[in-house]
Order: sequence, then C-alpha cells, then structure tokens
Amino acid sequence: MSNEAVLHAHSGVASSHDAGGHHEHHHHETFITKYVFSQDHKMIAKQFLITGMVWAVLGGLMSVLFRLQLGYPDSTFPWLEDILGKWAKGGRITPEAYYALVTTHGTVLVFFVLTAGLSGTFANFLIPLQVGARDMASPFLNMLSYWFFFSASVVMLSSLFVETGPFSGGWTAYPPLSALHDASPGSKTGMDLWIISMALFVVSSLLGGLNYIVTILNMRTKGMSMTRLPLTIWALFFTAVLGVLSFPVLLSGFILLIFDRNFGTSFYLSDIFVNGVGALPNEGGSAILFQHLFWFLGHPEVYIILLPAMGMVSEILSVNSRKPIFGYMAMVGSLFAIAILAFLVWAHHMFVTGLNPFLGSIFVLLTLLIAVPSAIKVFNWLTTLWRGNVRFTPGMMFAIGFVSLFISGGLTGIWLGNSALDVHLHDTMFVVAHFHIVMGVASMFGMFAGIYHWYPKMFGRYLNNTLAYIHFWITMAGAYLIFWPMHYEGLAGMPRRYYSYEQWESFKNFGDLNRFISTVAMIVFAAQILFLLNFFYSIWKGRKVTNQNPWGSNTLEWTAPIRPGHGNWPGEIPEVHRWAYDYGKDGKEFIPQTTPVGADESHH
Amino acid sequence: MSTTTTATANTKWWSGGKSPFNLEYGKVMMWYFLMSDAFTFGAFLISYGTTRFATNGWPNPNEVFRSYPFSGAFSAPLVFVSLMTFILIISSVTMVLAVRAGHNMDKRGVVINLILTILGGLAFLSCQAWEWTHLFHERAWWGRNPFMNADGTQSSTNFTNFFFTITGFHGFHVFSGVIINVIMLIMTLQDKFEKRGHYLMIEKAGLYWHFVDLVWVFVFTCFYLI
Repeated sequence: MSNEAVLHAHSGVASSHDAGGHHEHHHHETFITKYVFSQDHKMIAKQFLITGMVWAVLGGLMSVLFRLQLGYPDSTFPWLEDILGKWAKGGRITPEAYYALVTTHGTVLVFFVLTAGLSGTFANFLIPLQVGARDMASPFLNMLSYWFFFSASVVMLSSLFVETGPFSGGWTAYPPLSALHDASPGSKTGMDLWIISMALFVVSSLLGGLNYIVTILNMRTKGMSMTRLPLTIWALFFTAVLGVLSFPVLLSGFILLIFDRNFGTSFYLSDIFVNGVGALPNEGGSAILFQHLFWFLGHPEVYIILLPAMGMVSEILSVNSRKPIFGYMAMVGSLFAIAILAFLVWAHHMFVTGLNPFLGSIFVLLTLLIAVPSAIKVFNWLTTLWRGNVRFTPGMMFAIGFVSLFISGGLTGIWLGNSALDVHLHDTMFVVAHFHIVMGVASMFGMFAGIYHWYPKMFGRYLNNTLAYIHFWITMAGAYLIFWPMHYEGLAGMPRRYYSYEQWESFKNFGDLNRFISTVAMIVFAAQILFLLNFFYSIWKGRKVTNQNPWGSNTLEWTAPIRPGHGNWPGEIPEVHRWAYDYGKDGKEFIPQTTPVGADESHH
Repeated sequence: MSTTTTATANTKWWSGGKSPFNLEYGKVMMWYFLMSDAFTFGAFLISYGTTRFATNGWPNPNEVFRSYPFSGAFSAPLVFVSLMTFILIISSVTMVLAVRAGHNMDKRGVVINLILTILGGLAFLSCQAWEWTHLFHERAWWGRNPFMNADGTQSSTNFTNFFFTITGFHGFHVFSGVIINVIMLIMTLQDKFEKRGHYLMIEKAGLYWHFVDLVWVFVFTCFYLI
C-alpha cells in the first residue's frame, strides 16, 4: 500500500470538507458541538482564551488584594471581611490568606494564564491557519487538551473554597511545606487539590503540545517549507517541544510528592520536627531533589511562556513596519538556541541551596549564554523597526512595549544569573521585579499584541481603538511604575513573600513606596477591566471587518474568509510560493505568500 | 513505514504538502509521546540514582530478590526476575511479528501474535504481582523497609520507596499496553483495519509496547543488577 494512500486516508477532515459543499454548515452543528465540545481549532482557541481571561481576572484580583496588605499594613478594610470572610477577620487579610493569595496568584498566572491562555490560544488559533491546514492533526485530542485544562481549572477553583484554604506554600510547592499536611493549613486539602489540578494541567499541556508539533511538521500546505513558516509558528513549535519534554519531569516530581504526602515515603523528607506534632520518622530523602525536578520544568516553563510572545511580536512588528523581519534565520536560530539552553540552566534558581559552587559557576556560564540569542532577537526587532513605515495599531503598540519590557527585564537577568550577586539578591523584591517584567508583563504584552492583532480574524470584528490605546498607555506606564521601584527595595535587601515589613527598621522607609506600588497596581487592574469590556462588547457590537486582509499581511490566515468555517478555506487549501515577509519588495507594499514568484522579481 | 512509495530520489520532503518523515501524523505523535515518557522515566531513575548516591548504604539486590513461587527457603538470586524479563522480551518479539503480519495484510497472523503479546504482558504483570505480594509479606512496602544494607547497617526506606514507585509506574505502563493491545485485537477481529486497508494502528501500539520493554531494561538494571 502506498504511503500517499495512508496520508490521504488520514486527512479525512480535508477530503470530507472539500466534498461537503463548501462549508455551508454541512454537519448540522448543535450548540454543544459548536461552542462546548468543539473540535474546531478556532473555537478551542477561543475557549482557551476566555478561560485564561477568567483566570487572569481572578489572579490579578488576588494580587490587588495582597498588594492592599503590603501597601496598607496597618489599615483595616471592613469590605474585605464581607468578601473573604474568616480570611480577612476584622478587615485585614490574615497571614495564611496572604500566603494563599500569593501562591495561587503565581500558580494561576504562570500556568493557567500565560501557558494555557497564551500558547493554548495562539497555538490553536494560528498553527492550522498559518501553515495552511484544515485543522489540527488530531482535533479530538485537541478538544481533550482543552477539557483537561478546564478540569484543572475547576479543581484549582474549588481549592479556593475548602475550609483549610488553598495551598499556601508558594507556586514552586517546595517540600516539606507541600509534603506535610501539618506544615500549614493550606498544606492539607488545599495542596491535594492543587496537585490534582496541576497533574490534569500536565496532561492537557502534553496533549496540546503533541498536536502542535505534529501539525507543524506534517500538515504544512504545499510549498510551505520550514523556512517559509512565519516566526509565530517557529516559536510555537519550540514552545511545544519544550512543554512536551519538561512537563513530564514535573509530573515525576509530583508523583513522588504524592507518595510523600499520602503513603509514608521519604523522597523529599529527612530529619524533620514539626511544632505540635514532634519528630517525624522520615529519613534519607532530600528536599533539594524536588527543587531539581521542579526547576527542570520551571526554567523551560519561562520560555514556554515567553517564546509564543516573541513569535507573535516578530510577526506583528514586521507587518506593521511594512518591512521584512530582520534576520529571519537568525531569529529561528536564536529560538532554537533558547530552547536548548532552557534545559541547561535550571540550577540558577538554586544557587543558595548549598549547590556546589563549581557546579554553580557552570550554570552561571550557561545562564549568561542565553543573553546571546536574546540580544540577537532584540537587535533584530529594533532593526526591523528601523526606518520602517510604522503603523501604530494597538497590536503594534503592545509589540513595541514587549520589546521594551523584554530589554528592561532581561538586563536584570544578567545580574541574577551571577551566583555571587545572587547571594545578595535571591528571594528579594529584586527577583520579583525581574521576572514580573521579563516574563510576566512582557508575555502579557505579547498576548495583548496577539489579541489586538488577530481579533479581526477571531471574531470578524474590530476592537475599539480608543479604549485600546488607553489600555496600552496605562498598562505600559503602570508596569514600569509597579516593578521599577521593586528593584530598589530588593537591592536594599527587602525579602519577597513577607506579610508585613513594619517590624524591620531597615525596610520601614519603603512604606510609602509600597503604598505607591499598590495604588498603581489597582489602577492597572482597572485598566484591564476596560480591556475586558472592549473585548466582550466588540465580539457582538464591534465594527465589522469588511476587508479580508485588514493589516495588509502576507500570511495565510488572511487568505481565509473573514469568518472561516470549520476547515478554514472553502475549496482548495492555498499553495505557498514564498516566505512570509515580502514587505516593500520591488515597490509593492506587500506580497502574500500565495502569490507566485514573478519572472522579473528580485532575489534577496 | 517500510514500504517503498512513489517518492522519487529528489522529492523535497520538507517543502510542505506531505509528511517530511513519510509518516502519518499518529506515528509522529507517538514518537514524541515516547520522548516525553522517556523524560518521565528518566526523571524517576535519576531521582533514584541521586538519592542512592547520597545514602551511605543500600541493600544487596541478590539478597532481596532471591525467591520464586514455591521456592520455600531455597535461595536463587535474580532467577525469578530474569524469567520476568525474558517473558517481556519475548512479548516484544511476538509484537514485531504482529506488526509484520499487519504489513502483509495477514489478519490471522496479527490476531495470533497479538494474543501471544497480550498473554506475555499478562504473564509479566502476574509475575510482578507475585513479587510485590511476596515482598509485602516480608514486610516491605512504601515507607517500610525490612532489608539491611549490604554492609549490615540499618537501611533507609528509600530502597523500597523507589522500588515500588518506579516498578509500579512501569507496571502501570505494561498494563496500559495490554489494554491497548486488547483494543487492537478487538479492532482487528472486527475487520476495522482490513476495511481501512492498512494495519498502521498495530504499528503504533507496537512502538509503545517496545518502548515499555526498553524502559524495563533500564528499570531492571537499576534495581536488580546495580
């Protein structure tokens, strides 16, 4: 039997759609199959996006609550008791609730918003549309991926409502806090639910990641060679590979943790005395082992969050500068270098755990090496902008904002990557400032850039530009006003994760600064509500898209109908003849990938 | 896929419109899944190695694993586990035969060899069940280690902790492999693959089965030999 036959047998989606009378709602979709258990990658993308947005609001609100405590440690807010009950007795957040809020904020933002919400949304939405495929390789597994994420969300959400509260030992879930029920209230049922939720999330990420990889490798349309792929797809490809290879290690770590919690093992435990319980029998384990397993995922996770943003920013910068991306192959190469290095630097999170200093110096070297591909990317973005015919669309604003934040946050990474400096800086507000800017806010900006840029393709309507600009400027200014001062606090030695700094003479003088940060945080949160209003209002009432290719873009998704059905293109899938970045070539503003190369066209 | 195709020498495999590996998506996906699973097992075994290196003494596997059913007090180090390993490897051979029969569209061959593979898997799981029960009766379990270190000192419970966790995790993989093979058998008997014109699903199940066998080689080495 020939291979072609096999390949055709397996592209059943494609053939059935071609035969199905050009997508006039051929298979009688009900509400359930269209909006709930949908196997259409575009709908699954929207499900990821909206679930991620719900989590972003919850996670953001949590940060507002604990910033309230940090900004006004002496004040009481009776309305807090109204909404949080016993967790804010007398209108002041209790220490347990504070730690639970910090922990849940971290977990939710890192995994649910910036992993599922960002790469889940855009990998689903963009991969089939930009490589020229009817759908993902396996639409069914793709649907499962979302529903595993949804179940993870439900379990995590329910952990907020258990009597002993959600897990409160930090998003990194270090043992013994995470391994011993008696370590804190949050380590009881809250931690059980946390770990179940995270295990479900790992499954979701695995199913999604396998699909993304295989779709990119196998399902590219005719002519779409790997070097003609838009950079978004390259970035999402490396993201998926990172996820598929690093999440299983976290899963192993979690399985050992479950045994330590429930079945009397001592993988992570040794020589422990718990107040009120006494000495524990556990012997021979090592809490550091968990840190290794955790950060073997944890560090690639940073790039799982960041790479999709990088990819989308590359695309949006090029489209809106009306210029080819500068150094396409260098961009691909540096994504590859980052993906490799991501696996070789995890111990820089552990410099002060008693790690062998010689080993530490190797991790310093490998960590600082990441500056090379990162700098290549930054310079390529800047040279793409250089002398471009820049259109400041909201998507473009957020893309430029991403570059700014990535530079600012990346530079402090060079500080923290040094094991000697880390002795002073570890676990201070400096670290909080660093990773929030470079990974948190920067990736949020990448996500916003993606939403503003592809919203017309997602919903067939535009977002309101005025609200978008207000959203951008408040968020941009707010991001720096919130996190820049934290560098000073951290350099002064102010530790992170503390409930109150009032008792320390050395940190008292930061009281006003903390109040300032908290105030800005609330304003920025309010600006995000503005974005949400814009988002949901525009789905139904936004200005309708009438131009198939509103941004004058070269990539394939803009050759699909304004509101593409399941299967994306009526009739044949377009064939690709060139790379995605022919902007301003031979006097033409843009040449879509589907245009054949003319006889008199210049070569680059 | 091993069958030669219409591909000519200068086919541009990576230029889109076809699979660059000449494989349908499911098999590529299986390969990536196996890479991912290899990292799960890798993390387990490296954790085991790290802990063992950080511990002063460790029980001697020749003394722990020396029984077989009805052996009584008679000591036969590693004989039983060698038999288990042999069974599993033979089941890999029958799996290869099932895959080859699938290539030849030989339904009977597929059915026979799948049944043999399933029996091999079940035999392995039964052996493991016996071994676990036996160890349990010797008071070994998670958090409980009756064995002394090779040098006669008190041993940490991490010997049994890791043993039961990792062989259990592997056993769970064998179990899933058996379930997958049973499903393949049912689908073959229902002529699903005959109708499709190919037995590719059997190949994917085969990849998984061989992977699980390969992992056992490492698990076996780490727990019984070293």
